[in-house]
Amino acid sequence: MSLRIVVCVKYVPDATGDRQFTEDLTVNRDDVDGLLSELDEYAVEQALQIADEADDAEITVLTVGPEDAKDALRKALSMGADKAIHVEDDDLHGSDVMGTSLVLAKAIEKAGYDLVITGMASTDGTMGVLPAILAERLGVPQVTLLSEVKVEDGVVTGRRDGDSASEQLEASLPALVSVTDQSGEARYPSFKGIMAAKKKPVQSWDLEELEIESDEVGLEGSWTAVDSATQRPARTAGTIVKDEGEGGKSLAAFLAEQKFI
Amino acid sequence: MAEVLVYVDHVDGAVRKPTLELLTLARRIGEPVALALGAGAEATAAVLAEHGAVKVLTADASEFSDYLVVPKVDALQAAYDAVSPVAVLVPSSAEGKEIAARLAVRIGSGIITDAIDLEAGEEGPVATQAAFAASFTTKSRVSKGTPVITVKPNSAPVEAAPAAGVVEALAVTFGALATGTKVTSRTPRESTGRPELTEAAIVVSGGRGVNGAENFHIIEALADSLGAAVGASRAAVDAGWYPHSNQVGQTGKSVSPQLYIASGISGAIQHRAGMQTSKTIVAINKDAEAPIFDLVDYGVVGDLFAVVPQLTEEIKARKG
Repeated sequence: MSLRIVVCVKYVPDATGDRQFTEDLTVNRDDVDGLLSELDEYAVEQALQIADEADDAEITVLTVGPEDAKDALRKALSMGADKAIHVEDDDLHGSDVMGTSLVLAKAIEKAGYDLVITGMASTDGTMGVLPAILAERLGVPQVTLLSEVKVEDGVVTGRRDGDSASEQLEASLPALVSVTDQSGEARYPSFKGIMAAKKKPVQSWDLEELEIESDEVGLEGSWTAVDSATQRPARTAGTIVKDEGEGGKSLAAFLAEQKFI
Repeated sequence: MAEVLVYVDHVDGAVRKPTLELLTLARRIGEPVALALGAGAEATAAVLAEHGAVKVLTADASEFSDYLVVPKVDALQAAYDAVSPVAVLVPSSAEGKEIAARLAVRIGSGIITDAIDLEAGEEGPVATQAAFAASFTTKSRVSKGTPVITVKPNSAPVEAAPAAGVVEALAVTFGALATGTKVTSRTPRESTGRPELTEAAIVVSGGRGVNGAENFHIIEALADSLGAAVGASRAAVDAGWYPHSNQVGQTGKSVSPQLYIASGISGAIQHRAGMQTSKTIVAINKDAEAPIFDLVDYGVVGDLFAVVPQLTEEIKARKG
């Protein structure tokens, strides 16, 4: 029986760009290039490795986002995923993690799955709570923050490296897995992969298809409200000295003056 | 007075500092009721009371250690139902955020993570957060349900505020999902004797410029002279010079110490995302053009192999 894997990916503004908020305090996506969140590449990679080990597996990549978000799906398809689902709807603008997770959960259920894989966090919001929320919404075990993952005979096992301990985890499918950037370098799409991706199916769904009311998502439906966003004042220029043999001592004098010593 | 539920992070009864900081923040909103789970939960009561907990709810069961996250969510939900708080505060650890997130879904509430400050507002608690590699500061509220907020370490002072700290056993019923993810083995991390990276008042980090695992002892010696935690940039971790658990940055840990010392770190945006909220920033780097120097209060352009040992010696000399 085929192993159905759904990988959730996010299209995020490039962190090296000058990221800003718009007037409604949502992320300004116009002035900064977007890309597949780097941390989600690890999720795609692990899906590909799990699929390689399985007798028969199918990888669907799923994203929720504006038109441009298709770029994130294409990248994942060119890495080797089989098909893609893009959930796009004007009413989704400004959705917070609760709204977005609701959409993802409905889409995952509609697509059908045995295993859901996500990155550990997005590189824009960096909350890191979506995997746990999705597991709660789907009612499946969460096997999260894995640096190693394996699926065999309907059981997922993995290693979670926490602050105080390293844990081995085990759960039966269906389950949700999130992987860290320690899980294994993500592959670069090959030329062949990029060409093949152009022919792979990308389905588009909207809120109606997922039976979600528009007031459950978007800025209006958000569970949280941002009241203000202010740019941090640029740090006042600090003292910079060139080491000519006394650099360590002068730094120690600064630290003493600041009462750190 | 309104009650605020505070999730306690403790190790066998020893309460970790971020929880005491949460109690300070909780008192700005109402009366803190603490929830301590697992072995040693009752032993936390005295210190929690000293810092303002009017009540300490405790529960212990093998499920808390044998299965991942969900049993703790079941307990937090039981405490929520028992207390009907005006807000739920949880430390922003990886596990803390997962517990808070699942509770928020269950009680139909919004969630705010990684708050760096919290104050009472007319429409409920207002949380300050750092966004876009800390280049922006936002103020947010939970607009649906009871606010569930996770707070980063070093976001508030630890203050004594003696309260009753009455201990009450909490009855917890585990749901079907509680046993979904089994912890089949656990290997404790070896203690370095240094403070926890995310909680430390001073962090000393090394990067690409350290040029090898065998040189990290220079960074460690400086850290030890200051009683600091050791951090590493992604470049140093990817090269295998230092453990991933010490990585500071977007894909590692986010730190907010009183003093951050970066050695041989150029300051890529991903690293800045993890340390830019540090109060005082100091850097040592050979390259005068390194972006880290845009952030520093004090910078030394020079070879870290000369500057860092001299700094360490000077600190030791000054400390006598």
